[in-house]
Amino acid sequence: MRERADQGVSRAAGRGAGSAAVAPAVRMSGVCKFFGPVQANSEASLEVQAGEIHAVVGENGAGKSTLLRVLAGLYAPDGGTVEVFGRDVTGWSTSDAIAAGVGMVHQHFMLVPTLTVAENVVLGREPMSGLTYDRATAESRLETLSRESGLACVPSRLVSELSVGEAQRVEILKTLYRGATLLILDEPAAVLSPPEVDELWRVLRTVRDAGATIVLVTHKLDELMEVTDRITVMRHGKTVMRLRTSETTPAAIATAMVGRAVRLDANGMPVGADAAALGLAASTDEDAGAADDHGAELDGASVSEAWTAILDAGAPPDEMIVSSARNRITRSAPAAIISAPTPTYADVPRLRITALTVPGPRSPRAVGALSLSIAPGEILGLAGVEGNGQTELIEAIAGLRATTSGTITVDGTDVTRYSIGKRLALGITHIPEDRQTRGLVLDYSIADNLILGRQTHFSRSGRIDRARTLAFAEDRIKAFDIRPADPNALARSLSGGNQQKIVVAREMPADFRVLLAAQPTRGVDVGAIEFIHDQLRAARCAGKAILLVSAELHEILALSDRVAVMYRGRIVTILPRAAASEDVLGPFMTGAAS
Amino acid sequence: MKLTLLLMLQTLRIAIPYLFAASGGVLAERAGIVSLTLEGFMLAGAFCATLGSFYFGNPWAGVLMGLLGGCLFGALHAVATIRFKADQIVSAVAINLMVVGLTRFFLRLAFDSSSNSPRVAGFGRDGNAGALATFENPLIWLGVIVMPALAWVITRTRFGLRVRAVGEKPEAAATLGVSVSRIRYRAVIASGALAALGGCYLALDQHQFTDQMTAGRGFIALAAVIVGRWMPIRAGIACLLFAFAEAMQIQVQGAGVLPSQFVSMIPYVLTLVALAGLVGRAVPPAALGRVEG
Amino acid sequence: MRAATSAAIEDGVLPTLTALLVALVAGDLLILSYGQAPGEVWRLMMSGTWGNAYGIGQVLYKATTLVFTGLSVAIGLRAGLFNIGAESQLAAGGFCAAALGLLLPTGMTPWLAIPMCLLAAMLGGALVGFIPGVLRARFGAHEVIATIMLNFVVLALLNWAISATGLAVPETLHTPPVASSSIPRLAAFFPVFHGSAANGTILLALMAVTVSAWLLFRSRFGYELRATGLQPLAAESAGIRVPRIWMMAMVLGGAVAGLGGSNFVLGYKNYFEDGFNGGAGFLGIAVALVGRNNPFGVLLAALFFATLSQGGLAIHALVPKQMVEVLEGIVILAVAVSVPEVRRLLRARPAPSATTLPVTV
Repeated sequence: MRERADQGVSRAAGRGAGSAAVAPAVRMSGVCKFFGPVQANSEASLEVQAGEIHAVVGENGAGKSTLLRVLAGLYAPDGGTVEVFGRDVTGWSTSDAIAAGVGMVHQHFMLVPTLTVAENVVLGREPMSGLTYDRATAESRLETLSRESGLACVPSRLVSELSVGEAQRVEILKTLYRGATLLILDEPAAVLSPPEVDELWRVLRTVRDAGATIVLVTHKLDELMEVTDRITVMRHGKTVMRLRTSETTPAAIATAMVGRAVRLDANGMPVGADAAALGLAASTDEDAGAADDHGAELDGASVSEAWTAILDAGAPPDEMIVSSARNRITRSAPAAIISAPTPTYADVPRLRITALTVPGPRSPRAVGALSLSIAPGEILGLAGVEGNGQTELIEAIAGLRATTSGTITVDGTDVTRYSIGKRLALGITHIPEDRQTRGLVLDYSIADNLILGRQTHFSRSGRIDRARTLAFAEDRIKAFDIRPADPNALARSLSGGNQQKIVVAREMPADFRVLLAAQPTRGVDVGAIEFIHDQLRAARCAGKAILLVSAELHEILALSDRVAVMYRGRIVTILPRAAASEDVLGPFMTGAAS
Repeated sequence: MKLTLLLMLQTLRIAIPYLFAASGGVLAERAGIVSLTLEGFMLAGAFCATLGSFYFGNPWAGVLMGLLGGCLFGALHAVATIRFKADQIVSAVAINLMVVGLTRFFLRLAFDSSSNSPRVAGFGRDGNAGALATFENPLIWLGVIVMPALAWVITRTRFGLRVRAVGEKPEAAATLGVSVSRIRYRAVIASGALAALGGCYLALDQHQFTDQMTAGRGFIALAAVIVGRWMPIRAGIACLLFAFAEAMQIQVQGAGVLPSQFVSMIPYVLTLVALAGLVGRAVPPAALGRVEG
Repeated sequence: MRAATSAAIEDGVLPTLTALLVALVAGDLLILSYGQAPGEVWRLMMSGTWGNAYGIGQVLYKATTLVFTGLSVAIGLRAGLFNIGAESQLAAGGFCAAALGLLLPTGMTPWLAIPMCLLAAMLGGALVGFIPGVLRARFGAHEVIATIMLNFVVLALLNWAISATGLAVPETLHTPPVASSSIPRLAAFFPVFHGSAANGTILLALMAVTVSAWLLFRSRFGYELRATGLQPLAAESAGIRVPRIWMMAMVLGGAVAGLGGSNFVLGYKNYFEDGFNGGAGFLGIAVALVGRNNPFGVLLAALFFATLSQGGLAIHALVPKQMVEVLEGIVILAVAVSVPEVRRLLRARPAPSATTLPVTV
C-alpha cells in the first residue's frame, strides 16, 4: 500500500517536470449530464495540468460539482469523454477512480462517526494479517502518512469526536492513503473557520509540492487568487474559459462567470447585484445598482491575455441570462433603501433579546449570553461564518430550541417560554434555512403548504375550510408569482425558487411583526432572489422587524440597516450599514477583531 | 448444589436458540437491515432441518438443510429490501407470515399433519435423559461460541469493519468503493443462516417439528439485541439472562411465586425499559431501516 | 395536473395489481405442488365465499375486524408511525368490552349497555396504544419495537387474567356470555345470512371508515397529523406539537383497533376468549398497506383479505387452507416491493430527498 502511494507521487512529480510533452492530468471534453429534464452539464470541458492546483469556479448551479463528480466516477456522463493521465476513463466507477489515484473530498464529509480515524482511512482497503484486519499496521501507516503530509491526526480517535477541520484532514488523508495523485475537493473551505482555511491552503500546497494534482470547486473568488495555479470558469453547465491565475484579475473571472462585463469597484471587486450573482463578498458602493452592462469597464488587455482558452467563443450568450441579469440590476437598486423611512429607533424595539444562552448540538453555549434588539422597520443583518451559533439563535427565537437563560421579548411581551404556536400567533414568523425539511411538506399541495402553521385560521369547528384555503392560495400565488399557478400542485414538483416563494409568502402575512429570515435565497434562481429581496424591503418599509441571517455577505450588505457579526455564539460588533463593508466586517467574522 | 447445576444447564439449553438468533440479529442490524425476520428465519430453519433429517436420516443433513432454508429466506428479505428497497418492516412482517403458512402447508404436504412431523433423527438422547446429556447435542457448543465469534468478526475482521461502516454511514463506504449492497446481502443472508441454526437446534433437540414451534423466540432474540445495544457479547448476556428467568420459572413451577405469564414477559418488559432509556439509552445503528436512494 | 392525478392513480393501483398477479402465480404453484388443478381450486374459493349468502356473511364478518385493525395501522402510518400493536389492541378492546359487559346488570337495556361496552373496547385499545405513544413522544423509543414487545406483554397479561383469576368458565379459556350487550346478527334482519357470524358491527366499521376519512383528509387534526407524518420538522416549525400528534395517533389507532374487538365479543360469541384476535391485528398491516393508508382503500383491502381467509376454508378439501397464509405474505411482500419500484418508474426525474413509505426505524 505504502509503495503504491510512493510510486504515485514520484510518477506525478516526473510528469510535472516535463509538463509540455505528456498528457494533462485531466482532460474532459464535451461532457453532458442530465438529471431528468435538468441539464447540469452541457458540453463542459476541463483540462488540468499535472502538479497544479486548479480551481473550477462559477455561480451556484453552474455545474461545477457535477463535472467533478463525473471526473471522480460518482456520475456517469451522458456524453463526452473523460481522460485521466492520458487514459480514456469515460464512465468509470468510484473504485476505478480510486484505483487510478483519483480521490474526492466531498463537501459533506463521508466519514463513519462510530469508527476511528484509522478505520475510516483504511476502509475498503484494509491491511490484513491473516483473517483479521490489522489495526496496528493501519494505525502505524496512518501515522507515517500523517507525518509525511503534515496533516496531523490521532489514528485511534473516534471520528465523532473530531472538529470540522480535523474531519476534513481525515478526508484528505483518506485520498492520500489510497495513493491519490489527483485530489478533487468540493467547496473545501465552505465549512471551515478562517484559521482552518489557512491551514487547508498550506496543506494543499504541501500536497501539490509532493507531486499531486489538485482540483477544487468554489464559488468564492477571493480565496483563490493566492492558492491556485489555474482557473476554469463555468457558467450554466458550460465551460467558459480557462486561465492562469497569475495572469488574470478577479474582474476577468467575474465577467466570465456571469457572461457579461461587470462593474468593479476601486479594488477590482465586483459590486452590488453583480457580486450577488457571483457569490462574491461585495464591498460598499451605494450606487452600484446604477451600473449597467453597457457602462461597465474592464481592463480589456489583461483579460484577453489571460484567456488561454475561451471554450465557448463565438457562441451567442444565453439571451435569458442576459435579460434576467439586466432586470436584476434595474430592480435591485439599493436606492430603495435610501428612500425608505429610517427605522424608528426611539420606539420600543420590536424584538429584544437579552443575555440569551442557547445550547447547541456540539456546545452547551452555542449562543452565549447574546443580546440584541431590532426596531420596527429595521433589517438587522447577522453576518458570520456558518456554525457560529446563527442557526441556534434563530431556532431559539422561533421556539424550536430550548434556551438555558436570557429572555426574548416582542413588542414588550416576554415570549421566552411561549410555544412555537403561540409565537406564530403573536407574529413571529420564520423562513427556515432548509425549506425542504423545515419549510415545506413536500407532498402537500401549494395551497396546503400556504396555510401550514395557520391552519387554525383556515378551519371552522375542526374542519379545514377548503374554499377559503383555495381562495387564499390563489391570491398568494398571484401576489408571489408562484409557478405553476395551480394551488393543487404538489410542492415537490416545484423548482427551488418557487418552493421558497411558498415559504416566503406564508411567512410574510400582513400582520406579522418579526421575521426570522435564515438564508432566504439559498439555492434559489436569480429572479426569485430579487423578488424575495423586494419583499423583505417592502416589509421593512411596513414597519416589520427582520433578522436576516445569510452566508452571503453581499446579501446582508444589500438589505440591512445594521449589520451584526456573530462569532462563537456572541455578537462581536454591530455597525450601521454605512459603516459596514467587507473589509470592516472580515476581521470580526474571523475573530481577529472584537 | 445439584439444583444450581441443573438450573445452569437448563438456562444454557434455553439460551442456545436465543444466542443463534440474536447473533443473526446483531449482524443484520449492524449492517443497517431491521431484524424483525428472526422469528421467520428460525421457523424456516426448524422446518427444513426436520425435512433434511427425515429424508436423509441424519441430523447433520438436517442442519445443512436448515442453514439452506435460513439462507433462502434471508436472501428473500435481502432482495426485497436492498434490491427493491421495500420497507424493511413490511418485508419482515410478510416473511414471518409467509414462513408460518409455508411450514403449515408443507407439513400437510410432506407429513399429512396439521400439527407436527413424525420423530426424526436428532441430537442427544430422546426424552428426558440426565442433565449432562445436554452436551450430547453438538449445536450447544456452537451456540456457546457464536457470540464471542461474532464479536471477533465484527470488531476484528475486514467484513466486520465494513458491516459497521455500512450500517452507520453507507454513503461513506460507497464513496470508498465498498459495495453497500454486497455487504448487506452477506450480512442478511448470514443472519438468516444463524437464526435458522437456532431453529435447527430446537427441531433436532426435540426430534421433530411442531407447528409454530419457535413460539416468539425470534422476538425474544430481537429483544436481546436491543437490550444488548447491538453489541454481540452484551446481546449474548441478555440471551442468558432471559433464559435464566425461564429456567427459574420452570424450577419453581407450582411454588406459586410468580405466574408463568409474568416470567414470559420479562424480556419484553426489559426491552421496553431499555427503549425508554431508563437504563441507558439504546442507540441503534444510524442507517438502520433507512431506505437508500 | 391531470398527468399528476393519473400518476397518483397508477401509483395507487399498479402495485396492487402486480401483487395480485404474483400471488395468483404463487398460488398456482402451491396448488400444483399439492397435485390439484388451479382453476378448480380458485373456482371453489370464489363459490365458497361470494357464491352464497353464508359465504358472503362470513367474508363480511372477517372483513369487519380487518377494517378496524387496518384503519388502526393506517392512522399510525399517516402520522409516520408503524403500529404493529393492533393485535394486542384488538385483544385488549375485546377483553374490556366483555369485562364491562359482565359487570353491567343483566337486565340493562342494550341501548345503553352496547354503547358502554363499545366505549370500554375503545378505552382498552387506546390504553394499549397509549403506552408506545408515550414511549415515542416522551422518550423517543421506536414504536415498532415497542408495539411488538407490548403485544407479547398484553397478550400474556390477558392470558393470565383469563386463566388464573377465575374469570373464565371452568375448563375453557373464555368468559361466561355477556347477555345484556349483544349486537344482533345480520341474520336477524336478513334470514338469508343464517348461520354466518356477520353482525351489526359491520355498520360500525363503515362508520369508522367514513369518520377516519373525514378526520384524516378534511379535519384540521388530520391536516396536522398527515403533515407530521410526511415532514415532522416542517410540522414542528409550523407550531404543530409533533409528540402530541404521535401520541394521539397511537391512542386513536389503539381505540379503533380496540373497537374491532366488539365484532367477536359483542357481535359473534358474546364472550371474550383468549386468542380470539387470531392474527387479525397483524393482517391489519397488510390491509393498510394494500389499502394504501386510505380508509376506503382499507375497506376494499379488508374485503380482499377476508375473502382469502374465508376462501382458505372453502378449498380445504382440495388444498390445505394454510395456502392462503402464504398468499397473504406474498401479497404483502409484493406490494412492499412494487410500491417503491412503481414510484421510481413514475418519477423519472429525481425528487429532492424523496421518501418512499412514511416509515423509518
